[in-house]
Amino acid sequence: MGRIQLKQVTKSFGDVEVIPPLDLTIEDGEFTVFVGPSGCGKSTLLRLIAGLEDITSGHIEIDGKDATDVVPAKRGLAMVFQSYALYPHMSVRKNIAFPMKMAGMDKAEQDRRIEAAAKALNLTDYLDRRPGQLSGGQRQRVAIGRAIVREPAAFLFDEPLSNLDAALRVGMRMEISELHKKLDTTMIYVTHDQVEAMTMADKIVVLQAGVIEQVGSPLELYHSPRNTFVAGFIGSPKMNLIGGAEAQKHGAHTIGVRPEHIDVVDADAGEWTGTVGVAEHLGSDTFFHINGTGLADTITVRAPGEVSFNHGDPIGLNPRAELIHKFDAQGLRIE
Amino acid sequence: MARAVKTQRKLINTAVAWAIGLVIFFPILWTILTSFKTEAQAIASPPIFLGFDWTLENYAIVQERSDYMRFLWNSVIIAGGSTLLGLIVAVPAAWSMAFVPSKRTKDILLWMLSTKMLPAVGVLYPIYLICIELGVLDNRVALVVILMLINLPIIVWMLYTYFREIPGEILEAARMDGATLKEELLYILTPMAIPGIASTMLLNFILAWNEAFWTLNLTAVDAAPLTAFIASYSSPEGLFFAKLSAASTMAIAPILILGWFSQKQLVRGLTFGAVK
Repeated sequence: MGRIQLKQVTKSFGDVEVIPPLDLTIEDGEFTVFVGPSGCGKSTLLRLIAGLEDITSGHIEIDGKDATDVVPAKRGLAMVFQSYALYPHMSVRKNIAFPMKMAGMDKAEQDRRIEAAAKALNLTDYLDRRPGQLSGGQRQRVAIGRAIVREPAAFLFDEPLSNLDAALRVGMRMEISELHKKLDTTMIYVTHDQVEAMTMADKIVVLQAGVIEQVGSPLELYHSPRNTFVAGFIGSPKMNLIGGAEAQKHGAHTIGVRPEHIDVVDADAGEWTGTVGVAEHLGSDTFFHINGTGLADTITVRAPGEVSFNHGDPIGLNPRAELIHKFDAQGLRIE
Repeated sequence: MARAVKTQRKLINTAVAWAIGLVIFFPILWTILTSFKTEAQAIASPPIFLGFDWTLENYAIVQERSDYMRFLWNSVIIAGGSTLLGLIVAVPAAWSMAFVPSKRTKDILLWMLSTKMLPAVGVLYPIYLICIELGVLDNRVALVVILMLINLPIIVWMLYTYFREIPGEILEAARMDGATLKEELLYILTPMAIPGIASTMLLNFILAWNEAFWTLNLTAVDAAPLTAFIASYSSPEGLFFAKLSAASTMAIAPILILGWFSQKQLVRGLTFGAVK
């Protein structure tokens, strides 16, 4: 079980309020991702749930019980840190055994769980090595192993993949997703990478300056962002946000069009026209950054890989009318 | 081509390093050599480097005339005692400054270091008077306390820089894993800090062992350590270089041997935090 509720939680460091009153419920078994730019308070929020920071006011409940004043060790949560935070003077086996040793678990049971975790995480051959002798990906697995063996009510991940190279990150992302499906335990995952958020989450919590901008499934956030911040943050490449006369034509203060919802045509056939600035050829897709449209500094368009325009070519753009997002002067979505 | 230059450079660097090392070590080597000479050969001009009649007679005389073991024992007690007492005070101080720093932590550290800028002789008079007043002149316990206080800033600084290198996330991980404060200290912090504590201990022991100003000024017979033992061979009866050298060699031998076997620890301790 692992249902976590935050009720009117706030956090201040000195006079600076980093989290204004915040309510959030994370359901049992859910994979929740906190995402936002650096300094948005997502890690602080995670540390408040973990109990590593004291909340300034409000309540945290875990499975219906008030955990506000419970020490980290007694909350039944396991955490995986960005730096892995392995104990460098202990072997992998002892690292994984540490939380069980602290819980006073019986030795045979400890060994059984270590073997099971090592097998699941491909660490069997490394159990007697020290963390210093492992690669980054292996260290990350040990950190996860140390979290699994406790059978916690929930896992907390604090940007666990940001120290890994790109290829390894994709692999570990899938391993963590598989782990979640297998264990069916609540997971809270902090990242600044919206791709990680989109691919892994059941529920995404978008944060900015300690405030929750929107909570929803990845596709909800993609299809109906509640405001311009979420619209610009979720999706890659970023949504084009256009103001001025063009927006007024649609009865809005700002309109947003995703790069993949604009069709590329010849210059004379386009609703909008401009010249190609940078063309990024990814093979499967091509990203065009278009200048001189008079709408925004650059308009980004995602076109099929075989579409061929070069730097300086005039180009025509047709946004798909039914997929244009409209926002009012406060940046809020207009339905 | 580039490689040739590199090798040449390496050779020059090595030669320079050896030369500097020899210059620094030469006085000690000369002392050791002189201790095996007769008094006449010791002051011979031009000096004799190796071609003299090796003799152990100086050592025999020194041993006969003064009780080397008593001085040695005093040195061990004073250096060891002040080191242990210093650690008992400095470890908690450095922990709290490294892991729960306050707004004034930096100021406190700087203030502690500033006490080392004061010449020792500046406080000799008050400390001497206090010792007389308390009746602890020529007393080992008093010296243990004084030397501990003298070296405390260095111990706290060394431990502080060492503890600061231990990442806070590891301690937080231990807390999440269910370790109590006691278990966190016992299973995580101390094992990780042992190299730092060991090198600090070693350096402080050497500093206290070699300390001469306070030991000479505050001891006479009962509490006199090896530094006083050497000094007793220098003046009143005229210059007996060979015997003085023998006494010096006997005084520095224990610490030299200790230093030799713990070189790695010492260098690590001294350069810690220097390369970041």
